[in-house]
Amino acid sequence: MAKGIRDKVVILGAGCSKFGERWDAEPADLMAEAFEECLADAGIEKNQIQAAWQSTGIDAFSVGPGAMPLSIALRLPYIPVTRLENYCASGTEAFRAATYAVASGACDIALAMGFEKLKDTGYGGLPQRSRGVTNDMYYPNLSAPGMFAQLASGYRAKYKTDKLDLKRAMAHVSVKSHANGARNSKAHLQRAITEEQAMNAPMIAEPIGLFDCCGVSDGAACAIVTTPEIARSLGKRDLVSVKALQLCASNGEEGGFGNWDGSYVATTRIAAKRAYEEAGIKDPRREVSMTEVHDCFSITELVTMEDLFLSPDGGAVKDVLDGVFDADGAVPCQIDGGLKCFGHPIGASGLRMLYEMYLQLTGRAGPRQLANPKIGLTHNLGGFPHQNVVSVAIVGRYDA
Amino acid sequence: MIGITAYGAYLPRARLQKQVIADANAWFDSGLRGLAKGEKAMCNWDEDTITMATEAFADAMGRAPGQTLAAVILASTSLPFADRQNSVVLAEAMNLDTTNLRTMDVTCSQRASTSALLSALDVAAAGRGDAVVVASEHRLTKCASREEMLYGDGAAAIAVGCDNLLAELVGSISQPVDFVDHYRAEGRDYDTGWEERWVRDEGYLKIVPRAVTALLERTGIAAADIAHFVMPTDQGTVPGTLVKQFGMPGTAVTDNLLQTVGSTGAAHPLVLLAHRLEQAKPGDLLLLVGFGQGCDALLFRATARIATWKPARGVSGALAAGVAETNYNKFQSFNNLLEKELGKRSELDKNAFLSAMYRNRALANSFIGGKCTSCQTVQIPKAHYCVNPECGAYDTQEPYPMSGQQGKVATWTADRLTFDFNPPAYFGLVVFDCGGRLMMDMTEVDPATFDTGATVSVHFRIKQIDSQRGFRKYFWKAVPVR
Repeated sequence: MAKGIRDKVVILGAGCSKFGERWDAEPADLMAEAFEECLADAGIEKNQIQAAWQSTGIDAFSVGPGAMPLSIALRLPYIPVTRLENYCASGTEAFRAATYAVASGACDIALAMGFEKLKDTGYGGLPQRSRGVTNDMYYPNLSAPGMFAQLASGYRAKYKTDKLDLKRAMAHVSVKSHANGARNSKAHLQRAITEEQAMNAPMIAEPIGLFDCCGVSDGAACAIVTTPEIARSLGKRDLVSVKALQLCASNGEEGGFGNWDGSYVATTRIAAKRAYEEAGIKDPRREVSMTEVHDCFSITELVTMEDLFLSPDGGAVKDVLDGVFDADGAVPCQIDGGLKCFGHPIGASGLRMLYEMYLQLTGRAGPRQLANPKIGLTHNLGGFPHQNVVSVAIVGRYDA
Repeated sequence: MIGITAYGAYLPRARLQKQVIADANAWFDSGLRGLAKGEKAMCNWDEDTITMATEAFADAMGRAPGQTLAAVILASTSLPFADRQNSVVLAEAMNLDTTNLRTMDVTCSQRASTSALLSALDVAAAGRGDAVVVASEHRLTKCASREEMLYGDGAAAIAVGCDNLLAELVGSISQPVDFVDHYRAEGRDYDTGWEERWVRDEGYLKIVPRAVTALLERTGIAAADIAHFVMPTDQGTVPGTLVKQFGMPGTAVTDNLLQTVGSTGAAHPLVLLAHRLEQAKPGDLLLLVGFGQGCDALLFRATARIATWKPARGVSGALAAGVAETNYNKFQSFNNLLEKELGKRSELDKNAFLSAMYRNRALANSFIGGKCTSCQTVQIPKAHYCVNPECGAYDTQEPYPMSGQQGKVATWTADRLTFDFNPPAYFGLVVFDCGGRLMMDMTEVDPATFDTGATVSVHFRIKQIDSQRGFRKYFWKAVPVR
């Protein structure tokens, strides 16, 4: 019987580049920036890394396929390097691969590096791209905000939520993330906004307005993982360990069968249940100190609060407006600004979330440091609400 | 006996107000003001000759899968493909039985549809079975031209056969004459015409009478007995002049719909015939004329059945379903008459992968899903493993045509970020009444009234235009049922 990943692997070091419109930076520049911080933090030499995984979401717009972008950029010493892509869960997938490699005993120290160079398209938003030869024949003419806007219509219909009430709760989600981003010098967007600004911003995909959308950014984030024993032998204390790593991929049922009504994301619920079980968490709202969730759009974050069982079904609007997920709330969400303001270089996002959790758990988050966090949860949602890949990772103090 | 067994029509929902064309262009040609009466039917960006043909066919014949016909003929001078048989696309979109089906495109003249109708009648007369002629037209016109004021988009379908006739064929005649009232050369987008007075005096008023008189003589029918004189023209006074000249009753004059639809070109004879058949009474004689490099004339007598059989919506229903469009720029944009900034998102390569298109044509052309023979679950697309998690059976699905099905909107949005010729792009999850659900594009949405729970039907529309290679891809879109 599998015992899960809990407490088998710890984060030895983490790094993150400045996110944003990095007109100045090549992917190699972004990777080096994150890696130098990570390596110094880990306190090891580059040649101690025995395997590496690289995550990029949209290779065609940055570096092309394969893992050589990473191995060449960092001049890695002829070790196994693999590229991973799994939509917006790519970063967490790279972390999962490195973690599993260490847990299996196949290697002692492994690197997970995620990056994305999105701002070379000449326009705002994610690159317009093919979904595959056959899919393009029948998939709707979609954009990312358009697909996630489906959640708003489904949620409204199910809970008979007033259109304006939902929009206000969505605005609160963004206002909170902007306030958090303003205290993060690495964030893409560092300006606070008002609820009124969010409510009245230009419409992108009904009812998602400009301020309901996350930043489309360049950036890189990485983590070096090892076993608790090796970390200790390297003189590390206050270890942050992996408590759970779960992934759930749609099989087409939500969009093709049954009663899925667009008010929730089925895969998040499944991945969250498994992750809580793996981590031994029974009451997430009480036990989880903080979350970094996939707030690609404000409505996604709102729905995710229910899917992670942090809010009761139909209760997220009230919880959001009550400030439960604000920086001073019961379960702060996106304390670093989230995808919304830290930015969303796709392949880097999962690792950026883990970077923030690691800083918070080791008390190094500066002006946005939370008081005594013990357990952090990260969540990625790649694809569309009806058809997607979801990752849920839980990290915490090794001794907790 | 052979004759007409069904008829139907389709007009695009948008009706461009002619006043806005005149307002934009009268500074240049003040004569346009004289034509600025009423409106004209105008294709949405995702409509063309083929998509309108599917609607006209469905109006006449329904969307039941597997209908057996001897022939399907598509008549038009504005076919999307010069070399890819357009009528085959139509046949697959209508889910026809293709085990022995003659398909044919007839083109190059305003008379194409009446000539196609004569050929279809020959098929029926030869005892080969029923045939359907669909005439559809979406002609391009130059900015500020007389044609822009007069032409409209539309389609009609006439089914012919031997049984259950609505109108029997009494006789017909065809007289070709190389009278060039207008022409469009190979590789040209627009028509070049000649002076209207010459077209009227030397064309309509001489060529049509020769054919009509010969037909009446041949069939022994008196002009005074003709109840419906169906003659397409973009010169509104000509049918009245001819009716008087022939000695037909004044009520025989057929409204050419020039101020409601516009002249639909090669489709116009059948559009007008479909309109007039709606009004015909048992025993009525209908004389149909096709004019263009000569004249076809066909004489029909309505049967008792004409009183009870009706198309799904017909020309009258299509006329009533119109929505005024006052944005002339939209008309120009949809018809690619302007070099318009479409944005960088429009620049994505939209190449059609023909081998993949062929493999998936049951889905793409015919909207065929699958029904699990083990658990009866309907699903689209059809797949190897049943989507029902309680079942999951392997290779148990039979093809299940869903193009005639309705559904309800479960989720939706109006997307202004993705590239669309007519933003915002509506799409969402449609849950079909028969089972099965699909995230799909929507079109012809009324923003003020649209929401979850709306009932939709599915329609064959243009999905993408590959402007680099001139190809267009089709798929099915949800349209609110009104």
